[in-house]
This record gives sequence, structure tokens and C-alpha cells, in this order.
Amino acid sequence: MSDYIIETSGLTKSFKGFTAVNGVDLRIRRGAIHALIGPNGAGKTTCFNLITKFLEPSEGRILYKGEDITRMKPADIARLGMVRSFQISATFPHLTVLENVRVALQRPLGTAFFFWRSETSLDGLNDRAMQLLDEVGLAEFAGAQAASLSYGRKRALELATTVALDPEVLLLDEPTSGMGREDIERITSLIKRVAVNRTILMVEHNLSVVSELSDRITVLARGQILAEGSYLEVSSNPEVVDAYMGSGHA
Amino acid sequence: MKRTDINTAGGSPAQGPGRFNSSTILYLVLLALALVAPAVLYPIFLVKVLCVALFALAFNLLIGYGGLLSFGHAMFFGGASYITGHAMLVWGWPTELGILVGVVFSTLLGVVAGLIAIRRQGIYFAMVTLALAQMVYFIFLQMPFTGGEDGIQNVPRRAVFGFIDIANDTTLYYVVLTIFVFGFLFIYRTIHSPFGQVLKAIRENEDRATSLGYHTTRFKLLAFVLSAGLAGLAGATKVVVFQIATLTDVTWQMSGEVVLMTLVGGLGTVFGPVVGAAIIITMQDYLATFGEWVLVIQGVTFVIMVSLFRRGVVGEIAALINRVR
Ligand SMILES: Nc1ncnc2c1ncn2[C@@H]1O[C@H](COP(=O)(O)OP(=O)(O)OP(=O)(O)O)[C@@H](O)[C@H]1O
Ligand SMILES: [Mg+2]
Repeated sequence: MSDYIIETSGLTKSFKGFTAVNGVDLRIRRGAIHALIGPNGAGKTTCFNLITKFLEPSEGRILYKGEDITRMKPADIARLGMVRSFQISATFPHLTVLENVRVALQRPLGTAFFFWRSETSLDGLNDRAMQLLDEVGLAEFAGAQAASLSYGRKRALELATTVALDPEVLLLDEPTSGMGREDIERITSLIKRVAVNRTILMVEHNLSVVSELSDRITVLARGQILAEGSYLEVSSNPEVVDAYMGSGHA
Repeated sequence: MKRTDINTAGGSPAQGPGRFNSSTILYLVLLALALVAPAVLYPIFLVKVLCVALFALAFNLLIGYGGLLSFGHAMFFGGASYITGHAMLVWGWPTELGILVGVVFSTLLGVVAGLIAIRRQGIYFAMVTLALAQMVYFIFLQMPFTGGEDGIQNVPRRAVFGFIDIANDTTLYYVVLTIFVFGFLFIYRTIHSPFGQVLKAIRENEDRATSLGYHTTRFKLLAFVLSAGLAGLAGATKVVVFQIATLTDVTWQMSGEVVLMTLVGGLGTVFGPVVGAAIIITMQDYLATFGEWVLVIQGVTFVIMVSLFRRGVVGEIAALINRVR
């Protein structure tokens, strides 16, 4: 088996003539925490959308565990064990916090189309759901509507929902954006814990989070890979510094 | 942690067992009221409300829980009434089989229309359903068996199961009430099922549901088909009651009326469509003497209600109760 769990070759996406992602060859090592960084508009989210098939690539190929997934549907990608989060927190706002996690847990039951069965048949999942909520510090909010949570807690809920599927690969799009310091620390240690036996591809602007978590970093600028390596290698690369300075980042 | 709220669409804070009892009591009280209603109100009026309310409930299943606005639901309601009317009048089928064939027809029509429309989003979905419904309207207008402008008249009221004589209006009312309660429970269970959970999740955030591995279009399609079948049950029942199937029931105005009733009553609430149907039918009955002006009065009422009570009558009451508690 290949060392790389995700491999893209020549991945390209054009929006009406504008090329957002341009010939990206990405290789994500199994078990790694891999960060994808770059200035605003570099094409990071678009890369996520392509890899998880929320967008059709204009060109290029995507391999997952050596299997070509370039023509697959996004829901099937998730079923293969590659689950993404979204840049803007994605919960089910009018479901309870518990139900949010349970929607993920219920999928393997295979009863998702059973409209004649009572929802009490899902109660067996409540313990596992509470356990997942407890891990992200949300147990006391289990009965509240997701919409009523603070932003940081919504992101924690999103992570718990993603982990509920027990995915092999997690793609996290800016998991700490818009958070205060305490929340950032909580999420960071949570990601560390979740990363055990899993692969994580993560877009992140907060460079201290990146340096703390990632084994490897790919820098994207204007849709192309600018540099790749460890945090030290990348942060001392003058081109990278330039790209960041140019767009007003520290 | 079982969700036991009676009125709100989505989740709500987990409630203790006490709440479950109070909503069960509410349902029983409403059922008791429905059982004695013919002593106070005209059975035929009630039966009309029940038929239309069932139609609105079916529609609400789709928009309130699936987040899909269909602007062509008359094709299922009116379509089933034609098929049922024809089966009973021309083929001489018994009432229960007549209703069944109407429901089967609308369910199949739901599969076809759903497959065509379901991938469209938002207003495009509404437009495609409207276009399909107009096609169905045209087909029914052209087909000889529908009787064109005259419709299918004098559909017999045959005894249900051969011994429940529905020529009597009060008996008829109880038969229709039974059908209505069946439809209501069917929808209630659908909403509160594993399927209902996923459907609500899709309504709340379709991309997120996809990223969790759900093929969202399949769920929306199933919701559409169930809604179509139930709309057909309402239409089939209506033809048994009024003994006539006409073009009115397949027009776009009928599709619009069901949107109106659901919004007035409260979209995505369990009882909203029933209340909305009762309000609209009452208005139509009392204002019948105003002729064409009914439409204007209806329109004005609609605008006022939607701007004053955004959540509809039932939605506002539920919000009020939640605030007080
Ligand atoms: N659906 C779309 N249609 C047209 N242009 C798009 C679309 N999605 C993204 N773009 C453009 O592609 C470029 C890359 O966007 P993308 O969201 O991938 O950037 P990003 O690296 O995630 O930026 P940020 O750090 O701000 O999240 C941007 O210029 C954006 O405007
Ligand atoms: Mg982005």
C-alpha cells in the first residue's frame, strides 16, 4: 500500500476563465497532520471542495488510498472515510446539539430511509453521542438548539459530528477561525487527540496553531504550490514570506 | 431525550416526560373535539376542511421538513381525484379501491415529477413543479375521460367495505376523519423517524448532510413521493365526498391555495396546515356572496397575516408558549 492516503495530480479548477486552482500535486502521508496554508484567495477551500468532490475538477486526478475518486459523488467520498468540515461553521441549527451528533452516528445503522420506524429506535445512540459531546466539552448543552451555541462551541460541535463518523481522513477548513484564545487552545488539543490513528488535512491561518500541530505544510499561492516542507523550512522560505507580506499577513 | 414538541419544526430543548404527557393530552382533546364536532358544525363543511387540511399537511411535509417549495401540488390532488372518480363511476370500483388507485396514481406521478424536479434548487424547483403541473393540467383537459370543463360528475358514494353507508353525511364525516387521522399519524411518524431526522438535517444544511455521507437527493425524492401520495389521498377522498372531479382541483390556483393555507397556519408546524385550511375554507364559505372579491379579500388577509405573523398562526402561538415557559 502507498504511504500516501491522498494524492492529487495536476488538480485544476477554473471558474469562467479564472483559474482558482492550477495544477496542484498534493500528497498527504497516511497518519500525518498536514496543513494547507496561503494568503486569502489562494485556492485552499477550492482544493478542499475538489478533493471531497463538492466541485468537479476541470482537470487532474484524485487518488484516495490508491483508488481513483475523481468521478465520485461527495456523499460516497464521505462513505469511503474522508469527511470534511466547512470554513463557515456547519451545524444543523434547529436540531439539538445531541441530534446534530446523532445524525452522523445513525448513518451506519442503515435505517436512514425508514420513515415508518419511530425515532426512539435512535435512542441507543444517545450514550455514544453524549460521550462524543463530553469530549468536546458540550455535554451540558446536549438538549439545547445548536443555533443557541456560541461560535466556538458550534465549531466544537462540528468537530464532534465529524468524529462521530470515525473517519480515516478529516479535512478541516480553518477550525480555529473566529475563536478566542481559550477556544483555540481547546480545539488545538482536541485536534491532537483526534489525530491519533487518523490523517488530517487542515487549512489554517493561525500560524502558531499550524506550527504546533502540523507535521508537514504546503503553501498555496494563486492556485499553485509555492513551497512544501516542515514549519521551519517553509517559514524561512523567502518566497513564502513575500507571498504573505504581499497580501498583508504577518 | 426524545423530541416531543408538538409544534416547532426543528429540534427544541430536550424535555422531560411531563411534556410528553401534556402533548398526548392535547392530541386526545383535539380528537375528542373532532368526534363531537358534527353536533355543532355542518358535517359537509367539516369534511371539506379535513380533505383540504390533509392536502395542506402533505404539502407541509415537503416544504416544512424537506425545505422544498412545490408550486405544482394540485397535479397530485386533482390527478388522484380524476383517477378515483373514473374508477368508481366507470369501472364501478368500490370506494376503498377507488381511493387506493388514486393514491397509487399520485405516488407514481410523484416519482416521475420528483425525478425531474428534485435536483433543482429553490425557486427553480418551484418553477419546474409548476411547469409539470401545467402539463398535467393540459393532459387532463384534453383526455376525453375527464369530461373537460364538466369534469366527472355523479360519482357514487358506495358503502365503504360494503357495509359502512356513507350516503349519510355524519357517517361520511367519521369515515373521512378516520382517513384524516391516518394521514396525520403517517406524517407525524415520518417526521419523527430516522428518515425524518435526516430530512430535517438536509433542510438545515444540505452540504453538511452530504459531507456526512447522505445522498441528499434520494431523501428529498422520497419526501416528495410521500407528499405526492398523501396529496393524492386527500384528492381521492374529496371526490368521494363531493362526488365530482373537476379541473379546478388541478389548476395552478389550487397549488397556490395550499401554499397560502400552509403559510397562514404556520409552515413546518404539525397543526399549522390544519388551522390554515380551516381559516381559508371558512373565509371562502362566508365570503362566497362577494363573488370574485373573495380572491381580493383573501389576498389582503394573506398579506396582513404573513407580515404580522411571520410564523403563521400556530407558529406564533407556539413561540408565545415557549416564551412564557
Ligand atoms: N464558486 C466560485 N466561483 C467563482 N470564483 C470562485 C468560486 N469559489 C472560489 N472562487 C475564487 O477562487 C479563488 C480561491 O478561493 P478559495 O475560497 O479557494 O480561497 P481560500 O484560499 O480558501 O481563501 P480564504 O483564505 O479567504 O478562505 C478566489 O479568488 C475566489 O474568489
Ligand atoms: Mg477558504
